[in-house]
Amino acid sequence: MIGRRKTVTVAALLAAVALVALAVGGCGSKTGSGGRPADTIVGAGASFPFPLYSKWGEEYNAQKGIKLNYQSIGSGGGISAIEAGTVDFGASDAPLEASELDAQSLVQFPMCVGGVVPVVNIEGVGSGALKLDAATLADIYAGGITKWDDPAIKALNPGLSLPASDIAAVHRSDSSGTTWIFTSYLTAAAGDVWTLGANKEIDWPTGVGGKGNEGVAASVQQVSGSIGYVEYAYAKQNGMDWVQLQNKDGKFVEPSLESFAEAAAIADWQKTPGFAVVLVDQAGAATWPITGASFILMQKENSDAARITNALDFFAWAYRTGGSTAKELDYVPIPDSVYSLVEDQLWSQIQAGGAPAWKK
Amino acid sequence: MSTLEWEARLGPEGRRGAAKAAPRRTHSRLTDPLFRWFVTACGAAVAVAMVALSAVLIASSWRAITTLGLEPLRTIPWSPTGGEYGALTSLFGTFVTTVIAMVIAVPLALAIALLLVEVVHPALGRVVGTTIEMLAAIPSIIFGMWGIFVIVPLMQQYVQPWIQATPLGRLGLFSGPPLGIGVFTAGVVLALMVLPFITAVSRDVLKMVPTVVKEAGYGMGSTTFEVMSKISARYALTGIAGAVFLGLGRALGETMAVTFLIGSDFNTLPRSLFDPGTSISSTLANTFNEATDPLHVSALVELGLILFLITMVFQLVAQLWLARARRMSGTRA
Amino acid sequence: MSAPARNDTAGAARDVGAAIAAKPMRARSVARRRLVDRLVTGSAWAAASLGVFIMGWIVVTVVVRGAGAINWAFFTELPPGPGGEGGGLANCIVGTLVITGVAAAMGIPVGFFGAVYLAEFGRTGRVATAIRTITNVVLGVPSIIAGMFAFAILVRPLQHYSGFAGSFALAFIMLPVMTRTAEDVLNLVPNDLREAALAIGAPRWRATLGVVVRSARGGLITGTILAVVRVSGETAPLLFTALSSPYWMDSLFGSGGFFGGPTANLTKTVYDYATSPYGNWQNLAWGGALLIIVAVLGMNVLARLLFQRGKEWH
Repeated sequence: MIGRRKTVTVAALLAAVALVALAVGGCGSKTGSGGRPADTIVGAGASFPFPLYSKWGEEYNAQKGIKLNYQSIGSGGGISAIEAGTVDFGASDAPLEASELDAQSLVQFPMCVGGVVPVVNIEGVGSGALKLDAATLADIYAGGITKWDDPAIKALNPGLSLPASDIAAVHRSDSSGTTWIFTSYLTAAAGDVWTLGANKEIDWPTGVGGKGNEGVAASVQQVSGSIGYVEYAYAKQNGMDWVQLQNKDGKFVEPSLESFAEAAAIADWQKTPGFAVVLVDQAGAATWPITGASFILMQKENSDAARITNALDFFAWAYRTGGSTAKELDYVPIPDSVYSLVEDQLWSQIQAGGAPAWKK
Repeated sequence: MSTLEWEARLGPEGRRGAAKAAPRRTHSRLTDPLFRWFVTACGAAVAVAMVALSAVLIASSWRAITTLGLEPLRTIPWSPTGGEYGALTSLFGTFVTTVIAMVIAVPLALAIALLLVEVVHPALGRVVGTTIEMLAAIPSIIFGMWGIFVIVPLMQQYVQPWIQATPLGRLGLFSGPPLGIGVFTAGVVLALMVLPFITAVSRDVLKMVPTVVKEAGYGMGSTTFEVMSKISARYALTGIAGAVFLGLGRALGETMAVTFLIGSDFNTLPRSLFDPGTSISSTLANTFNEATDPLHVSALVELGLILFLITMVFQLVAQLWLARARRMSGTRA
Repeated sequence: MSAPARNDTAGAARDVGAAIAAKPMRARSVARRRLVDRLVTGSAWAAASLGVFIMGWIVVTVVVRGAGAINWAFFTELPPGPGGEGGGLANCIVGTLVITGVAAAMGIPVGFFGAVYLAEFGRTGRVATAIRTITNVVLGVPSIIAGMFAFAILVRPLQHYSGFAGSFALAFIMLPVMTRTAEDVLNLVPNDLREAALAIGAPRWRATLGVVVRSARGGLITGTILAVVRVSGETAPLLFTALSSPYWMDSLFGSGGFFGGPTANLTKTVYDYATSPYGNWQNLAWGGALLIIVAVLGMNVLARLLFQRGKEWH
């Protein structure tokens, strides 16, 4: 018959596609309004808390069956995504000002506190062996110090043998809250050396770019003689070599949950509008100088009640029971007093379909 | 001969067969034009897609074109949150990586094409030729992974310091810390990616040179190289130029491997080949998803439009030259 | 001097002679000419060996680093979280199959019938030549621009990423590849077949589809395989369209569905994992790379074998 084999093949292919589609569609789970399954919470933003949110998401899924799909795209991306309404929540380490929150009709609440840690890949230098202070760190990133055996670095590390090799300073290529925390520290503690300001994106004069905390960590792993700044969980999970920093009190400290908690303890959550506390360069003998909080952003007006309620349920669970997991990954959990404030003052403002989405 | 007479000659089985095959005239009057319309529509689909793509790119970048004017082509810092849209780093990076890739790939490709056409035994030539063509089939992301995990450490520890130790190292072109990643490594891997394309097309073009003329050359005692450079080249020049331009177009648009290897430095022009940089495609790959400020998105689409126009120009020129080469050799253009 | 026409032997000999007469040969020693020739031929051998060596190097690297990741879990389990252990890329494999399958369903038929147009109706017309040129130009469009196109039409207006947008971008890339390959194959069919079919009174569509296509079907299958293989390893078009997802596709239109949200796929996931610092993720990325390279090279070899067999028929 004319073209019968071809017709049969085409028919078989179509049938196969149809079968796949049916199978896939048939596996659909319970739907919320508008036919979209309500058992996935969609969020995007900072890579700083990504290891923690990911772990929380796994545990929450195991307990309650609701999935968390969090895209680690950087704080700038998270802010943009929630402003555009394409996600249920956005995450950023660089808090928004009260004025912008009002303008965009967003609420902002802190979810965890962590530490930004300089990591190095230098031959012969182990973890915690290298000591730096704000001025040298700033000068490295500003391009003033270009070799590891520079006198300024040697002065801080008299006993350490440093190679005469070039420094590759790895920074974030994307819009990053981690960069904001890091450059806030450099501006506060070494403002005469670091003149490029504190921002999510910087006109880096030198060095290599990495995308996300993941990209910076990967680049430092790959390029010998490099230095980068990453959230502590990335350094710890991947066995990277971190650096001792000199804090405001003049003491050299290693990054750890305790040193982050010391810095977090000074935060005045109540009085700071939008909970936008800045924790860098704090006083105290054991404080880690580059500590920062990470925030969640949500829209005040939403259309899908089921998804928003699911998201808030997840955050409530994280606040109440997620503290131990956070500490395992060396993130400082947010105090209960702050959680109460958030629940009373902020979550009451979140509406979905005209009615408040959160019931205590 | 009429249909009846013809059928009479066929005999019984033949008549049955003819009856089956002979269509009723009403069918073809309707279905033939329909069929022709349908396939023409499918043929036109690619043109429609092309027009749609151009329209979409222009429309989406219009905001940036009107707001920023020529600024992206002139200024350097690419820092959209700060309102700076200097695309010079992206343009420069695309240009430099492509040049490096071409400088390395074109001589290699022509040499291999020469080998495959003139020198090598046909069986071995098929094997070598197929292997090189397989190189073209390897996806870009695999080149990127191989590049960053295998080539970059080699570059950083051996190749780049070695280059700096030779007299070449005194040139500003090879100065700066050997990082491994950067414009140079990206260009080298890019060369390996375009090599198979230029080789394949050059080989086809060189095959079109009439054997008679080459044999005339050999008969007079010319060496292989002389036949190639003095005789084949004259015939094949246009075609080889087309092949080079095809490779150029491919190198300009290459994304994944370059993104892995180029170092993502949006704010300074690479002063030396060992510096990190960025290219148009890797800027797009790295930042497109996170941009929601309308001007930022529009500026990125404008970058895409620039890339699209450049590759289109090179493609058109390549097509022209290849068509001319085919015409000259007598093959249907 | 312009290149003369193909079979003009006398003219060619005349031209060569004229060239010799116009530029009298310097008395270069035979030895020197032979040396130059040997140098060039030697470097050509070196270049070819380099090409083969690089090919081998890449394949060996991927096999060595990826083999350790391939196990039963790789094909059945979902990806682990950052820093987690074990896991697999099962959802990514299925996702790539679906995305590529849908792209093929869109791009292959249109490309095929477009080739039918060019081969049957458009041998010499101006319109056909224009379409042929445009097809070649679209072949050269960078794949990331194809992704941008799909983003502008399917992601931005609908305000969400989707696997379907990824399929659309891949179909855009597949279309000219299929058209070109299919046209070449259809042109190989001798005209006698066409004329014979038309002579016995078959309508145009029957002559084309029943006779010409049927005799070219080996080459057409090859063309389809090559087009599918070309796009299955693409990452850039999926960067702004399908993204990726750590979960199974759970519906058609929901936020975890093919048309409704990010869809897991192999290439984007391999990219994300390869650029991450986590050893386990990097391991999975190599496994995925091995799978990709086996599929791509394997299909290429298969297509070549089929095409050889198809060519013998003519």
